[in-house]
Amino acid sequence: MLPSVIDAYRVLPELVWCGFGVLVMLLQPFVRTRQFFTFLALIGALGGTAASVTAAMHAGPGFGGLVQSDSFSFFFRLLIGAVAFLVVLASAPYLERERLPFAEFYSLLLFAAAGMGVLASAQELLTAFIGLEMSSISSYVLAGYRRDALKSGESAMKYFLLGSFATAFFLYGIALVYGSSGTTMLVKMDSADLLHSTLFELGLAMILIGLGFKVAAAPFQVWTPDVYEGAPTPVTALFSAGPKAAAFALLLRIFATVPAATHFWFWAFWVLAALTMFAGNLGALVQTNVKRLLAYSSIAHAGYILVAFAAVTLMARDKSSDAGPAYAAVLFYLLSYALVKMGAFTIVSQLGGTGEKNLSLDDYAGLSQRQPWVAAALSVYLLSLLGLPVTAGFFGKFYIFKAAVNSHLMWLAVLMAINSIIGAYYYLRVIVVMYMRESSAEAAALGPVSFPIGVNVVLWITVAGTILFGLYPNPVINFILQPTLLGR
Amino acid sequence: MLPGGHLLSVLIFFPAIGALALLMLRGDDHKFIRIIALVVSLVEFLFSLWMLVKAPLGAAGYQLREYANWINQPPINYHLGVDGISLFLVILTTFLTPISILASWKSIEHRVKEFFVMLLMLEVGVVGVFLSLDLFLFFLFWEVMLIPMAFLIGIWGHERRVYAAVKFVLYTMAGSILMLVGIIWLYNATGTFDLPTIQNMLATGLLALSPREEMLLFLAFFLAFAIKVPLFPLHTWLPDAHVEAPTAGSVMLAGVLLKMGTYGMIRFCLPLFPGAARRAAGWVAALAIIGIIYGALVAMVQPNLKKLVAYSSVSHLGFVVLGIFAFHNISMQGAVYQMLAHGISTGALFLLVGMLYDRRHTFEISEYGGLATPMPKLAAFFLFVALSSLGLPMLNGFVGEYLVLLGTYQRHWGWATWAALGVILSACYLLWSYQRVFFGEITREKNRTLPDASAREKWILVTMAIVTLWMGIGSTFITARTAAAAQDVIDQVEPQHAFEAAAPKATTPRGTAPHTKRDSASAAANNIPTERLGLR
Repeated sequence: MLPSVIDAYRVLPELVWCGFGVLVMLLQPFVRTRQFFTFLALIGALGGTAASVTAAMHAGPGFGGLVQSDSFSFFFRLLIGAVAFLVVLASAPYLERERLPFAEFYSLLLFAAAGMGVLASAQELLTAFIGLEMSSISSYVLAGYRRDALKSGESAMKYFLLGSFATAFFLYGIALVYGSSGTTMLVKMDSADLLHSTLFELGLAMILIGLGFKVAAAPFQVWTPDVYEGAPTPVTALFSAGPKAAAFALLLRIFATVPAATHFWFWAFWVLAALTMFAGNLGALVQTNVKRLLAYSSIAHAGYILVAFAAVTLMARDKSSDAGPAYAAVLFYLLSYALVKMGAFTIVSQLGGTGEKNLSLDDYAGLSQRQPWVAAALSVYLLSLLGLPVTAGFFGKFYIFKAAVNSHLMWLAVLMAINSIIGAYYYLRVIVVMYMRESSAEAAALGPVSFPIGVNVVLWITVAGTILFGLYPNPVINFILQPTLLGR
Repeated sequence: MLPGGHLLSVLIFFPAIGALALLMLRGDDHKFIRIIALVVSLVEFLFSLWMLVKAPLGAAGYQLREYANWINQPPINYHLGVDGISLFLVILTTFLTPISILASWKSIEHRVKEFFVMLLMLEVGVVGVFLSLDLFLFFLFWEVMLIPMAFLIGIWGHERRVYAAVKFVLYTMAGSILMLVGIIWLYNATGTFDLPTIQNMLATGLLALSPREEMLLFLAFFLAFAIKVPLFPLHTWLPDAHVEAPTAGSVMLAGVLLKMGTYGMIRFCLPLFPGAARRAAGWVAALAIIGIIYGALVAMVQPNLKKLVAYSSVSHLGFVVLGIFAFHNISMQGAVYQMLAHGISTGALFLLVGMLYDRRHTFEISEYGGLATPMPKLAAFFLFVALSSLGLPMLNGFVGEYLVLLGTYQRHWGWATWAALGVILSACYLLWSYQRVFFGEITREKNRTLPDASAREKWILVTMAIVTLWMGIGSTFITARTAAAAQDVIDQVEPQHAFEAAAPKATTPRGTAPHTKRDSASAAANNIPTERLGLR
């Protein structure tokens, strides 16, 4: 079957991102102005985001069912496009400060975005694998983008080695699934035989391991702090928001569409969730480096999202109850989490100074005196991570709690409550340092760090989004609660 | 349509607007900032008094309701309402806020703008807690109020302020997260977060929880409230928070924040989980009595004046919890009254301790002694307040404690006997500390030249003293409004005792005060049946 025009519409966002990525790369030898590339990358990111509207208007399976353009992929394409846009805005001053080349950075970023888009809309496992590779390989390069810095090299190396290992797991899983079911299409894996096929279960387990690595679920999370710490901070922001969301999207699609996948997998998610929450939160307790602290916190948050996954699989298994609110919990959480992490890492990136030297908690002492608005914005993000009301993070946590209680996962809900308290301690610690300690003499002498307009726009958007969705989540919730979310 | 316009919304959000205005303010003119904060809080106080006019006297059920859809999935509504119990707690809050602002007039010198912003935001959270009739909305305000209080302690407190602030937040949050799980569980069982709707479902038998489920839910809610009160043995955050907090923080903390816990018990634990409340009552009462006696004994041996007052709060709040869990109309009213009286008396004690601290920068009792000579006026006010706190008749503390003991005695005489020990002990520690601070020889040279109360301090103290006295002799004004609401709670927790408990038993005079109680109790008995029909 030959691809038709409508197939192109259904993957238009990815095409736009790839196209702009190539364009930026090709223009690199000819144009020397940095602003031009920033501008082009912004247009590319926005263009892809706008194209996802076109894709959503032409909903349906594309390329004979390899990808699926539905509300679900629309949501993730918007999210990924927004993240790419914000990362471009935040990284322009960063690249300027660190004297790094612009064009390659942006084209890699756009390729990564395209890969995530494919991942979020793939309906077939090999397509998903291509998406995963597209986003991963760009990410490996981006992690090592500060070539002169030792830590950046370490970060890229670790990410690459462990990442390829995980990708191999994923691929092997696909092979096993194909071997047992005879198809790589998710929608066709509905035969009743698969419910008791050990080979199929094994394949799913491999896929889960591969994706578990990407979302930083314990016990596959050990790479996270080192990679997050070494990568250039805007890239860290991308890592924590983008690939994670895309990998969760694929995971959700697999475990929501394939009947055999919901069979008894809820125990796997139960254990993963519990381990991940504790690994992240206990690790974060002892951190003194803000970047590492946020890295551990993103492990913890992956754990909270996995709680919702446990609820999803349990409900999908029972068939009787409606799993919609549990999907909605995952999606809403990813949104609130992406907003917050983007903002927080942008602030960390800007305050880090040349060579990212000022990353320790002590450098944040008395920030409220030197830069009250920055401190206030960072507090909003931290309170949202903590899950305090009037922030999007609160509703995110609330919906997950609700999903867990709905499926009678009381113990998991209680574990999550305990983890929230542990989390509260280290988020509060940052706020305490910013507001209740005096600046060190050097920091006071240096005066406030300048925040260029692009960075300020990122902060405004993320703070406004965090508070808006914290006060009025209706539009988002209504959108993700529609029954045709996954195009069925 | 629901009556009352939007008075309650105004009450909640007016201080927020004031805080926003302060934030937007350019420049750093401290006096101007203070005056704006004071004016905002005084206007808020007048708004809250307007409730007295608009809410019908002695009616049961929620008045001045406001209802709007907020979030449609799950259905969360913006539902506000006030009854006899929350009415006065709101007024107490709006009364103590201007007092706190006046008390911080001189003692807060750095980051003045933020301080008053935090104080006003705290008021938003507390008033919101008292007025919410939607469980979700209630939880939201309950959590929101944590942050300003933590900042008040952590930025403007004393030496170990950061430790105390973090401890305060973690303790409270530990309880409230479990409450959130409980709220969601309840939502799963009922399909709504709306408190009156759930009460209706319980009354009509639409909602029936299994005993185990009910007990677990009760505990999830109760733990959050017990931490806030704080009930023994969950009280350990309180002394730290109080000692480290600035005076205004202590006043608000003791005056209203602790009442959020007891209010939560009255509003949620009892009506929503009556069976579990009845089964747990014995244990809760035991903890309350231990708290009364333990708090008093620890207060007695405190070398630190502020800690002494803090532990006295543990003791006094024990009376409130006991009064609530005796399930008797009179003791319930006593509990409400004690909440208000404690807010005023302990608030005033913290103000006085703060005034001493402003002069000498220490809370150690051994640093004082003989202060009555250099500052007779302050000494007189201190004695007045201490007497009200220990429950001298004619002053506010007496009414509350007496009603609690009277009501409790009629249900469980043993409980009342033990609790009465607390009354004696409170006289011991308050009078003994008063003697050590104000009487005797002046042992420190510095104390000889301390200035007496300034005009501003006199204004604060005279206001507090007038309210103390008025609450002691004009208690019918309050009990007439709380009776119906208290009876309503009792009816929900013990339907079979409904009319028996409300019947006026006090046919013989018992001392000076029963006159008022008998009136209110019989008023309640007359009111309830018709009002209940209206409510349900």
